[in-house]
Amino acid sequence: MSLWLWLLVASALCFGIKFIGYLVPSKLMDNPRIAYMSGIVTVGLLAALTAANTFGSGEKVAFDARIGGLVAAAIALRLRAPFIVVVIVGAAATGLLRLV
Amino acid sequence: MLGKLSPATRIGLAIAIATGLYGVSFGALSVASGLDIWQTMALSLLLFSGGSQFGFIGVVSAGGSGITAMSTAVLLGIRNGVYGMQINALLRPRGLMKLVSAQVTIDESTAVCTSQVEVREQRRGFWVTGVAIFIFWNLFTFLGAIVGDAAGDPKQWGLDGAAVAGFLGLLWPRLKNREAVAIAAVAAVVTVVLTPWIPSGLPILAAALVVAVIGFVKSGHRLQQPEDSAPVIDDADRCITGEGR
Repeated sequence: MSLWLWLLVASALCFGIKFIGYLVPSKLMDNPRIAYMSGIVTVGLLAALTAANTFGSGEKVAFDARIGGLVAAAIALRLRAPFIVVVIVGAAATGLLRLV
Repeated sequence: MLGKLSPATRIGLAIAIATGLYGVSFGALSVASGLDIWQTMALSLLLFSGGSQFGFIGVVSAGGSGITAMSTAVLLGIRNGVYGMQINALLRPRGLMKLVSAQVTIDESTAVCTSQVEVREQRRGFWVTGVAIFIFWNLFTFLGAIVGDAAGDPKQWGLDGAAVAGFLGLLWPRLKNREAVAIAAVAAVVTVVLTPWIPSGLPILAAALVVAVIGFVKSGHRLQQPEDSAPVIDDADRCITGEGR
């Protein structure tokens, strides 16, 4: 029963964190300085998510087949492939490298 | 048929399918770690944030207490608050829609939204990605919880590589100049270097903080020198944030 309790508390708090973001006045973003920072943070977050998904393995750093997926996706992007093709190429390269 | 969908819709659906399939491994792992099917489903429906969910069951399966599992999930969910701020500024949802948007505010929906230039596409990107992942993630969590290990490891199919390619694909169009490339490199290095030291999910937040500080210092510098006011990262960001009112 107590696991249920903590599970529901965790869900409520996680929703609360998401929602708090929505309570920050959006006028704040009209400030050019904040808007500029927001652009930079977006680039940073996307790069961080890419890195975490490529090299992160729980709380360890791992160099594995996903690097092949990253390189293959970069080549596909360079060749101006559509997004879905980039995703498939990334998955295929990672899956194939894991087979060998 | 696929050709008729807008770019943001296509990107959102592609990411939603790849991410949703991962729900199988969450469902299977959750049941294996000792939660029942209802608890597993409650996490996917109510908590709905992959990192936090894996964090929660990770602590439970390691024999940790409920309060530790809860704290881990909350720590891993902090970045969603930052995302909420961004989505609120871009899409400006009102009333009840704020509550619904908050629930589907996660890595993927935010990434697809902010990768788009037009407000309409940002809105589509956010909602298609968020809602489609919510549906797929819950369906596949249920499937994983029922069939367990028999479903196999999604890594075997290279699905983790799909996530890598997806995020790179969203980052790519933003790497327009040296400054953006440098910011991306700093964020990636900070993430990887911090990974072994702090709970997973937090390195991403730390990287965001580091680049925010860099941005803060640089923007102050730019404001002091108005002649150097050419938009450096993406002037589309600035127009758009003003447009959604």
